[in-house]
Amino acid sequence: MKMEWMAWTTPTAIFFIVIACTLTVFTVLAIKFPEAPRMGILRTETTRGDRLFITLLGSAFINLAWLGVVGANQPYALMVCLAYAVAVFRWV
Amino acid sequence: MEKTVNQKAWFLILPVLLLVAFSAVIPLMTVVNYSVQDTFGNNQFFWAGLEWFEEMLRSERMWDALGRQLMFSAIILAIQVPLGVFIALNMPKSGFWSSFCLVMMSLPLLIPWNVVGTIWQIFGRVDIGLLGYTLDALGIPYNYTQNTFAAWVTIIVMDVWHWTSLVALLAFAGLKSIPDAYYQAAKIDQASRWAIFRYIELPKMMGVLMIAILLRFMDSFMIYTEPFVVTGGGPGNATTLLSIDLVKMALGQFDLGPAAAFSIMYYLVILLISYVFYTVMTNLDKKGG
Repeated sequence: MKMEWMAWTTPTAIFFIVIACTLTVFTVLAIKFPEAPRMGILRTETTRGDRLFITLLGSAFINLAWLGVVGANQPYALMVCLAYAVAVFRWV
Repeated sequence: MEKTVNQKAWFLILPVLLLVAFSAVIPLMTVVNYSVQDTFGNNQFFWAGLEWFEEMLRSERMWDALGRQLMFSAIILAIQVPLGVFIALNMPKSGFWSSFCLVMMSLPLLIPWNVVGTIWQIFGRVDIGLLGYTLDALGIPYNYTQNTFAAWVTIIVMDVWHWTSLVALLAFAGLKSIPDAYYQAAKIDQASRWAIFRYIELPKMMGVLMIAILLRFMDSFMIYTEPFVVTGGGPGNATTLLSIDLVKMALGQFDLGPAAAFSIMYYLVILLISYVFYTVMTNLDKKGG
């Protein structure tokens, strides 16, 4: 299949594959192990899916902030994102 | 009793999911692909990495457009929401005049964006427009093509004219759903008009009002056609809102890479604010019953 029309690159393809895999894993988890929403520090009920969304959205902003303030050195930003993800899944 | 959760119902939304995949997900992925590359046309792309994102984050042009956009959304929300609620509170609650008001107020909502823009573009002209001519005759300096303040007033009044009805209609629907018993109880307690509004009407309207605010915020944050038709983003860049700037960059200058980086950031801001509104709305729903 020709993919030129979408102007694919290897990094962006990996990026979307990782997101698609994450979504699949979380869907399977939600079906296999249904869970009750819980109240976190944001004072709102969240499920695993909500926490994933907050993590992904927050990570996008962390990466942008890193790019704007520190400069293009994304592996470090990803480490911050990882810490953020752990915090979100633990406390939100 | 706990409700049974049947996850199989999700399969029913599969057709919509496919449609959205073609209309939204694939274009979005293409934009992400564009944002890390440079092109001079001819479908040839060169890897640029995060260069465009860095450039956009340091671009005064983008921050200025974002500032103008936030100011525009804040102003129209600050006017439309209280005005819409005020209109809804003062509308006849039943009978012929109630239906008449509803129909009249729906009219601006039915007019396409570009037509609204054209109406106001002509209406505000000093030579042939009723508004522009009258203001000019009264000695009030008004020229939306040259004066920044006049241009801003025009696009704000235009948006208020076009969309306040939506807030009013939603608020009216919220008011109509309040059972009479609440008002009777308030009467027995000899509650003041303000107390009735503050403790009965406003809390009961909150759900629909949040929907109205969310809709108006998203719509105003993405507004393109109306200001583009009226002012074209001018005078200078005074009314160049985010989407106008984005189109200039993407189609006017054919800077697909920077424009793609710009639109991803634009999208993220909308996503964040919409998610916050959505969360607040669902929390309100849960509190309400």
